[in-house]
Amino acid sequence: MATKVLSIVETAYRATLEEQDDTILWLNHMLKNNGLDVTLLLRSNAVNEAVKGQDASGLKFGDVPLKHAPALDGDIADLIEKGVPVYYVKEDLEERGIPEGRLIDGLKSVSRKELPGMLDGFELVWHW
Amino acid sequence: MAKYLVVETRDPFDSNDVDDVYDLATGLADDSNDVTVFLVQNGVLPVRKKSAAAKRVAQLAKKVTVLTDDFSLRERGIEVDEVVDGVRASDIDTLVDLIAEDGRKVIWH
Amino acid sequence: MAKTITFALMDPPYETAATTTAFRIIDSALRKGHKVNVFAYEGAVNLTMAGQSPHPNPVKGTSAEEEEHPNTKDWVSSLLKNHGDRLEWINCGLCVDERGAADTVEGPKRGSPKEFAEWVKASDNTVVIPAK
Repeated sequence: MATKVLSIVETAYRATLEEQDDTILWLNHMLKNNGLDVTLLLRSNAVNEAVKGQDASGLKFGDVPLKHAPALDGDIADLIEKGVPVYYVKEDLEERGIPEGRLIDGLKSVSRKELPGMLDGFELVWHW
Repeated sequence: MAKYLVVETRDPFDSNDVDDVYDLATGLADDSNDVTVFLVQNGVLPVRKKSAAAKRVAQLAKKVTVLTDDFSLRERGIEVDEVVDGVRASDIDTLVDLIAEDGRKVIWH
Repeated sequence: MAKTITFALMDPPYETAATTTAFRIIDSALRKGHKVNVFAYEGAVNLTMAGQSPHPNPVKGTSAEEEEHPNTKDWVSSLLKNHGDRLEWINCGLCVDERGAADTVEGPKRGSPKEFAEWVKASDNTVVIPAK
């Protein structure tokens, strides 16, 4: 039975208004909680979700505020805390001009060249 | 001379099409139109000085007014001092003012 | 000076950043005193469905009450409640039928591209916020 999953996250900042914030990070957290051996790989724009100090507070439409704003850096930190290895693609970070020092702690980098070998270590590879 | 507002929600890393929209904005300015490009959502991702697209954004800003949405920057953890020269900080109220200007054509991408 | 601005929205609730930006723009335009028309097309007709409800968050271990998270219908309702004299909202009827989205909160009306065209003609500007 396949349980070793690599979740590749590409889309970013879609679901600011949804309760789960980034629904893919959330779903992977749930899958981990429910017994899957999940590893996360942030690629493309999703590498930005690991930047420290994101602040999506202050949204209010009419007189209804979004009381709990997304904190995607915190969500990724929670995943790491839960034992989910979280990787990012080094070149995708560089392309976007994000210094490694701006990222949260505990992430691992992987180069594009290393990706084929990395995928080899998983039974299931999902690209979100 | 016509007035244009190009709202760019996408970024050149994810969408090759963004480069064409930057070219369209530049072309409109070359034709003596008043052009503002408003970067919002992931459209702000190329504005970091060290990004691979920073030079392209700087070139655009030499031709047209380039504004960035403050919330989109904040949501992505992009500090104001990280932003490439020539690109100006802005906000959603300013975007609405531009939309409400007489004769301003709005192209949303 | 107050203007009339018409927006065409297409994205369903939550799935893209366009909804967040559209709500921010509509809210700002109304606060500035403009008259706003919204033509909800395709998945955007689901923004106003009455059946939306909050839920708990098992990752955080929080209840729906603790989350206090609004649904999109709550934001549209609030905009209509606070600016109902200057906000009109039409859901494309055919899109509604296809999606089973007829049961809406109070305020939005059923319409067609005909109403959208009438709005465009009567507006100072029209902004199409497309699906990608």
